[in-house]
Amino acid sequence: MLTLAHFLTLGAVLFCISVAGIFLNRRNVLILLMCIELMLLAVNINFVAFSRFLDNMDGQVFVFFILTVAAAEAAIGLAILVVLFRNRRSIDVEELSDLRG
Amino acid sequence: MTIAELELALPEIFVLSAACVILLADLFIAEQRRGLTHMLAVFSLIFAAILSLRLMLPPGETVYAFSDTFVRDRFGDILKVFSYLILAAVFVYAKHSLRRAGLFKGEFYTLSLFALLGVMVLISASSMITLYLGLELLALSTYALVALDRESRFGSEAAMKYFILGSLASGLLLYGMSLLYGATGSLQLAEVSAALTGGAGDSMLLTFGLVFVVIGVAFKLGAVPFHMWVPDVYHGAPVAITLFISSVPKLAGLALAIRLLDNGLSGLHGDWQGMLVVLAALSLILGNFAAIAQTNIKRMLAYSTISHMGFMLLGILAGTPEGYAAAMFYAIAYALMSAGAFAVIILLSDGEREADQLDDFKGLARRSPWHAFLMMMILFSLAGVPVFLGFFAKWQVIAAVIAAGFTWLAVLAVLMAVVGAFYYLRVVKLMYFDEPEVEHGLVAPVDFRAVLTANGVAMLALGLFSGGLISLCISAFV
Repeated sequence: MLTLAHFLTLGAVLFCISVAGIFLNRRNVLILLMCIELMLLAVNINFVAFSRFLDNMDGQVFVFFILTVAAAEAAIGLAILVVLFRNRRSIDVEELSDLRG
Repeated sequence: MTIAELELALPEIFVLSAACVILLADLFIAEQRRGLTHMLAVFSLIFAAILSLRLMLPPGETVYAFSDTFVRDRFGDILKVFSYLILAAVFVYAKHSLRRAGLFKGEFYTLSLFALLGVMVLISASSMITLYLGLELLALSTYALVALDRESRFGSEAAMKYFILGSLASGLLLYGMSLLYGATGSLQLAEVSAALTGGAGDSMLLTFGLVFVVIGVAFKLGAVPFHMWVPDVYHGAPVAITLFISSVPKLAGLALAIRLLDNGLSGLHGDWQGMLVVLAALSLILGNFAAIAQTNIKRMLAYSTISHMGFMLLGILAGTPEGYAAAMFYAIAYALMSAGAFAVIILLSDGEREADQLDDFKGLARRSPWHAFLMMMILFSLAGVPVFLGFFAKWQVIAAVIAAGFTWLAVLAVLMAVVGAFYYLRVVKLMYFDEPEVEHGLVAPVDFRAVLTANGVAMLALGLFSGGLISLCISAFV
């Protein structure tokens, strides 16, 4: 029998993977974008699980909004990535270090 | 949804329509007549300000609309009016700078107006859904604005860093919201508050949710230790965009903190107060000391923003109506001061090069005594010299934090204000006592000079007559 705790654990594990991915990844900016998507999906699992177990629809409505915003966010992120690549010919995270002080 | 409900959101509907009209109209406006887009944008803001002033609610009245996801109260109305006016000033300053940098395009105006719409939705949010949507509309527009100069290495790097850290902050905030939803069973902030006072909710879920939400808010405000993006974004973005980021979104940050922590989580005040104390103290210390080491004035002002956000948090953490009013006064005062300071950087910039080094300020008094005087007033206000606006802002938050029983924090804030005075006064010294490196005077359009003069004089005038603005802020929290 699946309980709320199972879903929350899944959400927490996905969330931790995505945060770890953002901080540990030193290679590719694309992976950072994927981690951000994963983070929003982890949040969605939480919302849907709570919504189901609280018997309250609001959480599922919120999920639709989050999915929409995530799509817009990915579009802007990729657009910035294209600009970044054009200016630098590289999308290496380590090389994003011109701004310091 | 009824017509009466739509009427409550009239300012938002107007700004949305204006942004769409300007987006379309700009396509048909020739390159050399782009000034028309600018005029349209400024007049829409002035009209929106008149609209909001006419619809302003009396103190203490709160109206909900759209299934209780949208709230109109005096706090929101006052903040919105200041957002329009400050954004109008930002438009006038930015036009001059964007023209010279070859970035004078319609996108700036549409993106800024959509960001303003995000700020307005955030200010009027009474549910976590609207709060998140407003925040994201603001954030997504701002990411694109930072990358406005597509040829710039710095600009694209700053935009990428801002995007990653901003999205991370939104993710953390959302995760916190999902846990709070699970613990209280509602997304509506007033219902969350009611559930908390009723003692409902699993305490572990609540604690985790609160921690994530506070981290998200701290990221958005740029409070230490979640400040990493602030200096890089301020430095890398074109100065006109830095000007925008440092002004209107600060009012949104204040609204985010007050809507979530006061309207939603006031029942957990004891828990979040401790976290805000740490954030505020660290921001005050790191912001002021790091600013001393900077030679780039955009970076210096970025660290100064961090310290000012620390001051603003002092007002919020007090958790009293007086504290919130003080924080609101501080946010409005800071947005005005920072807009003025970046306007002077724009004024000093030459052709495509931005005057972002401290040395560019050398001998400004010799080159243009009036503008040096205006900058001096703005810097005195930022430093908190008595009779200027910034002094009363600091006074109010420090009084609030003493009333809340944190005397040591008040002492720390005063000490850090003294440290801060050092780097502001260093710029005054450069302007008045050093030899200019270039002799030629400063050129700027009449509207730019007029708004900058009004902005600089307001530092003194609003300081001398600060009672009016203070009582306006207090009326928002009765």
